[in-house]
Formats: sequence, C-alpha cells, structure tokens
Amino acid sequence: MTELAFDPKLCDACATIDCVMKCQYMEFDLETAVLEHKKLVAGEQSKILTDCVTCYACEEYCPYNNHPFYLIVDRQEELGIHPVPVPIEKSQVVMMGPKGKLKPKEVTPPVINMCFFTVMNASIRGTLFEGVSKFGGSDIFCNLMFLHFARNSTIRERLPLMIDNIMKNFLAPAGVEELICYHDECYGTYTSWAPAYGIEVPFKPVHLFDYIYHRMLELKPRIRPLGVKVAYQRPCSNRLCPQTDHFVDDIFSLIGVERPKREFEYENALCCGGVPEAQQRFELTDDLQRKNVEDMKATGATYCVFNCPFCFWTLAEPVVKAGMVPIMMSDLCLMALGE
Amino acid sequence: MDQVYERLSEIVGENYVSNTAEERFIYSRDQGVQEPHMPDYVVMPQSTLEVQSIIRLANTHKIPVVPMGGGLVLSGLTVPQKHGIVLDMKRMNKILEVSEGSHYAVVEGGASQGMLDAYLKKHHPGLKHSLPDAPPVATIAGNIAIHGSGHLSQSEGGFHSEMVTGLEVVLGSGEIVRLGSCSTVPGWFSRAPLPDLAGLFLGWNGTTGVITKVGIKLFPRPKFHDVLIYMTEDIDLAPDILSRIINTEAAEDINYALSPKPDYLNGFQMTVINLTANTQTELNLKKKILRDALLDYYETKESGFMPMPPAMKAGFVEAPQKTLSKFADVKRGGGFEYVGAIMPIEKIPDACREGVRITGKHGITYSLGARIIGRGHAAMFFFAYPFNRADHEDIEKVGKALEDTNEAALNLGGIPWKAEVAGQRMILDRMDSQTRSLMKKIKELLDPNGIMNPGNWEVS
Repeated sequence: MTELAFDPKLCDACATIDCVMKCQYMEFDLETAVLEHKKLVAGEQSKILTDCVTCYACEEYCPYNNHPFYLIVDRQEELGIHPVPVPIEKSQVVMMGPKGKLKPKEVTPPVINMCFFTVMNASIRGTLFEGVSKFGGSDIFCNLMFLHFARNSTIRERLPLMIDNIMKNFLAPAGVEELICYHDECYGTYTSWAPAYGIEVPFKPVHLFDYIYHRMLELKPRIRPLGVKVAYQRPCSNRLCPQTDHFVDDIFSLIGVERPKREFEYENALCCGGVPEAQQRFELTDDLQRKNVEDMKATGATYCVFNCPFCFWTLAEPVVKAGMVPIMMSDLCLMALGE
Repeated sequence: MDQVYERLSEIVGENYVSNTAEERFIYSRDQGVQEPHMPDYVVMPQSTLEVQSIIRLANTHKIPVVPMGGGLVLSGLTVPQKHGIVLDMKRMNKILEVSEGSHYAVVEGGASQGMLDAYLKKHHPGLKHSLPDAPPVATIAGNIAIHGSGHLSQSEGGFHSEMVTGLEVVLGSGEIVRLGSCSTVPGWFSRAPLPDLAGLFLGWNGTTGVITKVGIKLFPRPKFHDVLIYMTEDIDLAPDILSRIINTEAAEDINYALSPKPDYLNGFQMTVINLTANTQTELNLKKKILRDALLDYYETKESGFMPMPPAMKAGFVEAPQKTLSKFADVKRGGGFEYVGAIMPIEKIPDACREGVRITGKHGITYSLGARIIGRGHAAMFFFAYPFNRADHEDIEKVGKALEDTNEAALNLGGIPWKAEVAGQRMILDRMDSQTRSLMKKIKELLDPNGIMNPGNWEVS
C-alpha cells in the first residue's frame, strides 16, 4: 500500500498553521491550533479529527502543499474515528464498490469520465458536447468520496484497479491520452490525491470547466450573452484543484453572466451541507445552507450554478425556495447557445 | 342450460356471469403458493340487491359463495376452496359520499383503494384515507375484512378495520343489514354508541357475509411531507429505537425493514419514518424532535440517519409504498408469499432472527420488517418471500417456509395475519375453546347453510 507524501518538518516550521486557523468550521486560537496540530502529526487523538467536517479546504489553505486533509483522514482511520455512522459507511463501501461488469467500449476524443454519475449522462448533450464519448459507473469510480468516511484505505485499494479499468477498456485501445473529468472529485483524484500517494496516472486529466471553456470559445459566434447574475456553489473537491477555479469566471465572462460578489465564495466557499448531514450534524447543516443561500440571494443572483451533482441535489430545494434557479454549469452554457 | 347459470344471468346480466374454463382458471388462484381450486361460476354484481339475490340463490342450491375484492390476498382467502361462486365485487365501485365535516367516506364494496385516493385528491384535496402497501386495485372492503393496515395505521388509530364507521352487509342467510350510526340515522359517522356488530364481519375474511358498503374514516392531508431513514446494524436495538420514535408523536408512519438485497443493505436495518405537517416550520420542528429522540444513539456513530438525495426521498414519501411490490418480483416469475404477523413490538428482533433462520433453512431470499400500528400498540411484522412461479422447486420451498413462519410467529407470541388454511388451523388449535365455540355459534347464526367462503376459518 502506498503512503502519503507528508513532510512533518514542513509543519514543524509552519508559523501560521493555516490549515487549522483558516478552517471555517473549527475555531482555535493560534496556541491551541499549534497544539492540536502537533497531536495530529504525532498520530494522537485531537479535536481536529473529531470536529472536521471533511470539506477538503485545508488542502487549499496549506501553503506548502503538505496535504493536511489527507493526513487528517489517515489519522481518523488509524484511530478508528468514524465521521459518518458506521452502518452508513459500510453500506456505502459496498454500494460504490467495483462490480466487475465493465465492458470495453470504443471511444473517440474527447472522452468524458462520468464518474459514478451515470444518472447525469443526459446532461452531456447539445453542441457543447458534440462528438463526445463517455463512460462511467462503479468500475471506473475514483472512490475519492471515501475521504468523507475516514477510509483512505478504500481509495488506495480501489484506485489502481479503476485506473487500470479506464486504460484497458477505453483509453489504451483508442490511443486516447486525455480524459475529461465530469466531476471535480475525479480531477482532484488524478491531479492531487494520486500524486500525494504515489499512484501513477497514465493519462492527462482535463477539468470539465476547462473543456467547457475551450469549447465555448470555439462556439463564441453563437453565444447570446445571458445578462443574468449567477451565484456559484464551489464544491469541496475543487479544493483539491484550486488552479481550475478561474474557469468559472472565464466561462461567465464568455456567456455574459455577472458573478456578483459574495461572502462565501472562492477560498471562503461554504460546504453544501450534504456531508455534515451524513455526519449527523443537523444544526450545522441547516445553518450552513441558510447562510449560503441567504448570501446568494442577497447578491441579487437569479441562478445558482453547480459543478457537483451532489451539491446540486443537496442545495437545489433551498435554492428554489429562496426564489433562485439551480442549474448545472453545462446547462447554463447551453442556454447561452440557445439550446 | 345450467339452471344456476341461467338464474345468475337473470340477476346480473349475461355479460357479468361466466362459467367458461379460462375465466374459472383465472379465479381459481392467487399470486401465492396455495393450491388452486376452480370455481363453478364467476359473477360480478352491480348492486346490493343483486348480491342479495345471488346469496339467496346460493342458499337455495347450497352453493358456496366466495366474495372477492382485488384478489390480492396471497393466502387463498378468495380461492374457492370448495368450488361454487366467486363473487367479484369490482363493479360495485362507487364512492357514495364524502363528509368533509365529519371526515368519513362511504364507498361500495368493490371500490378500490386507488379509486378513493384519486377521488379524494381530485374532489377533497384536504382529506386522505389510510392506504395499504398493496397495488391500488386492492379494495377497501376486502382490506377491512382481513384487518388490513396502511400508512396511517401508526398515527391514526390502528388497523383499517378500526377505521370503519359503518357497514352494509348481506348476511350469509341473505338479509341486508346496516351496522353503526347508518342503522339508525342517515349519517355514517360512527359505530358508537350502539352495540358494535361490525366486528361480526371484520377479520372474518368473507365467511359471515358480503360487505356491500363501507363507511371509512378520513384524515387531514397536510401539505408538507418528508422522510427520515435511521440505519442500524443491530436488530436488538429495534424495540428501543422504535419506542423513542413512537413516543415523539411526530411520525405519521413508521416502518422497519431488513433485506439481503440489494447487497449494500445486507446486514443493516432501516427504520423509515414518514412525517407530515401543515407548514415548513412544523415539518422542521418534527424532524428535530425525531432526530433529538435518537441523539444519544447517533452520537456514538454506531447508527444514524441516512442522508438522502431528493430522488431517493420521493420513493419513500409516496403512499402506497412501492418498495415491497418491487421486491415481490425480485425472483421474476410473479410469485410472492407474505406472512404478516401481528405481534408485540418487543418481539421484532426475535421475529427477524426467525425469518433469517427459516429462509436460510429453505434456501430462499426474504424481506423482513414491521409497520408500527396504533402509536405502538402492536407491530404488523412481515415475512415476505418472493418466488418464481415457473419454478416448482421454488414454490415448494416457499410453501414450507410459509408453514414454518406461521408456527414461528405463533411461538413468538404473534398471530399470523390473513393466514392460509393451514395457518388458520394452527391459530384455531391454539385459540381458547370458548372463543372457538362462540365463533361457531356466530357463524351458524349468520350463515346457517355454510355457504360463505367454506374451507376458510372453519371451526369444527
């Protein structure tokens, strides 16, 4: 089993402990933060391990790319801490596990990995995705969601098989080298988690918004500016690939959408509430959703755009009740194309 | 021409009587594993007077009569054990009255659950009745005749037979009788304060008479609903968890279930809690009350509430629940057997263990579970076994499992619901002899020629 590329010396030398001090869900003074973080590094019980909402944000906050969140998950697992009730965790491990039912399929570029979200296959439509090949399901699933369940071991165990399945069944026979990741979670897996654990990724992952932006550039003459204000719900997994966040602004600019200034966006984005709910932190869930949606609404946004389907399912109802329209980014672009 | 056939044609019209082999075949069986028995005639009356004429004819010729609603009972209660006439009530399907003020409906004996539900949604959207988790073609009269239960049985007073406000019945002897307030005044609002005779037909499975009209309680239909699912890994937690949920008085319906399929639920139990409210604020408060009731359980992370995307929730908030119907065909081939056992709630863990033991012994799959009845007065435990009707070995295994399950339910201190003939005998064997004797006297009084559904619930 591969080990996390974590350098304790970097943490020892860190004066700001951004990974803890910037956390939106835990409040420590610097002295306590240093103390709790030392316990974390030493593999001892720490409040960080029990209070973490697993929002991934500390991966973005760490200025040294020293993977504080992956360390938290490793430590939770080592110490038998279950952020989510055990029956739910065990059930998810079986539900999301490989079924061995994958069949090779001929693909031609561009190729999209739908992750586990084959239920969203119908969203790959229109001019935006013309000529795209896609595949998905439990046999190619990145399994990164198990970061929320203190089960790095499950990811470590399954990811090599998933990568092998992707290569053997789709990419290698077609000689395809680039793979568009429908979900941030996959992109984060291949560009952040896999390198952190020394797992080789034999293809070039492409972020969905990267693909959408460049495709919309090609279609620029057809774009009719939407002229609406749109709030963006940044998903937890984008914390693993913050270098892609600019594509939201780039796309908005192309399609004539105003991104009004919000309190809870970019580095300060709030969790959709789905994972805290699974963690049985119901008051926190309600509070997060209320603050998040009120913040969107206060900007005068008429749409809330999503990248992650799970965020969409979790927040769509509160967003609608607040009088806004929840929409996936690809559908917003299709609107701009008049489709 | 057959004299009985001719007379039946005169009563109901020739389009509504049949003695052809293909129709007799269809009416000779249900979806369960009980042996088929061919009726001699199938008749579909349209009025109480037609039912009365048929019963009188049957008395004259000493021909058995088996009343049938949806025909979904699974245990042969509408299969003509001793041949004769199957009285298919589906043409008597009118919704006769809905009282908005006093919250009851009066329907004919063949009106289905789906019909009343659709009618209420269209004409009285503020009201609803308790729906069993059966296909919508199940009838209201048939359901009360077997002491059925449904999605309001937990919160609104118990079995559907307890929700009856009045009956019109054609006795086995041929008289038409009204029971409840409708016997004395025009309204069908209550069985009290009169001597309660409705019980002579509730739970008697069509062996004392034919129910031709039913007054049934209606309840407010709140606009907001939601569902919570609590997941556990220890069946012995069930009584306490259920008790805590019941005691909140916040749950409309409470169902407990376990099944080895799908794989990701194998080894876990789900308590499905449905709740309704008139406002979002009330709904949120109820959710909080329910969650708080289990706080010290879920804080340990050994059990907890499942997060559910809206698409998943949608399936759980609908009534009737389709989950069991879908499970019923999991083996393909359309066979489904079901032992419902009404039992004390504290027996649920042992009933689960017995279900797993019995299905393991016979090599069949299962879905086990319980619906809470009457705010915790009992549980309707279900042992559901699907089978492939084209596989005789499968049928035999399920048949044996059914016998073992009836016995296990009785040994646990429960009573099999809508039992098949063998199960009825097991129950009667354990029944107090004076109770049996009273049943026999009542049966002889109401059905002196023994024409009503003979073979079922026969007290020797």
